[in-house]
Amino acid sequence: MEADAAKLIGAGLASIPLAGAGIGLGLIFGNFLSGAFRNPSASAANQPTMLLAFALTEFTGLLGFVIAMLILLEIF
Amino acid sequence: MQGFRVASPMEQFEIIPIVDLSLGSIDISLTNSAVWMLIGTGAIIAFFFAATRRAAIIPGRLQSTAEVLYEFVSDLVRDTVGPEGRKFFPYVFTLFVWILVANLFGMIPSLPGLPKAAHTFTTTSHLVVTLALAMVTITIVIVYGFYKNGLGFFKLFAPSGQPFYMYFLLVPIEVVSFLSRPLSLAIRLFANMFAGHIILKLFAGFVVSLIGAGGFLAVVGILPFIGAAAVTALEFLVAFLQAYVFAILTCIYLNDAVHAADH
Repeated sequence: MEADAAKLIGAGLASIPLAGAGIGLGLIFGNFLSGAFRNPSASAANQPTMLLAFALTEFTGLLGFVIAMLILLEIF
Repeated sequence: MQGFRVASPMEQFEIIPIVDLSLGSIDISLTNSAVWMLIGTGAIIAFFFAATRRAAIIPGRLQSTAEVLYEFVSDLVRDTVGPEGRKFFPYVFTLFVWILVANLFGMIPSLPGLPKAAHTFTTTSHLVVTLALAMVTITIVIVYGFYKNGLGFFKLFAPSGQPFYMYFLLVPIEVVSFLSRPLSLAIRLFANMFAGHIILKLFAGFVVSLIGAGGFLAVVGILPFIGAAAVTALEFLVAFLQAYVFAILTCIYLNDAVHAADH
């Protein structure tokens, strides 16, 4: 296989974490909303925790993106 | 292309030396990155100077903005670290405002036709900048952790109240999680700004290419234009959110350093 082709396939594979990050973010926001609708008075207090969980989950997807970029741009 | 030129989305991250300087064999040129850091820092100093110049009991518009920022970060530090966190407030406040301004100044559109060195530059879209910020945070955590708790700081890696055999598993996990903190702090901010700005420029590039193609395709160009507007709005949210997340994670790590011995 051509080295370039392998590089592109690798970059594509490295973007798979985006699926996990998407599922995780959906779970966070979905669960936060379902909790917030049941008890609206408690939602404001939990917003920082939700944003923190959002940032931590998003990191997984971003790591995949960074690895894809490293492969594509050949920065090692 | 009818005279349009679509720049590569990577071009915006190029570092261009403006004033060549060198210290021995080290290149310390004044680059566009450094210029934008200076602009950001200067803007922050000017803003807070103007906001507190005529401090009044009933605050004016500028003073209100400064007070909102102050109270926001003050609450953040108090809620996460507790009363002992007061001495870290200046650091967290500086960090938050600096990252916020660096992120937001990166959203200013460049004027067309200017030389590349005068284009808007997002300083936080470079790993070296965010890694430096993260290293400062972690250095403060480690130095203060040992200063405050002595060797008790190592209790951070062994949470109490576990059966002894769990420590064989827990300690390595805690050590790795502690070691990955500076990297995850740095990569989160860098990758968010980097990816966000690439997406912005990609969408803008689609609009230009479609309008350049002419005819029916020029009409279709309205779709990526709406997309670009939406992504721009999202980027403003991300610019604030990432500054907030960096500040809150710094607070959480500082909390570990302050309360390591209580684990």
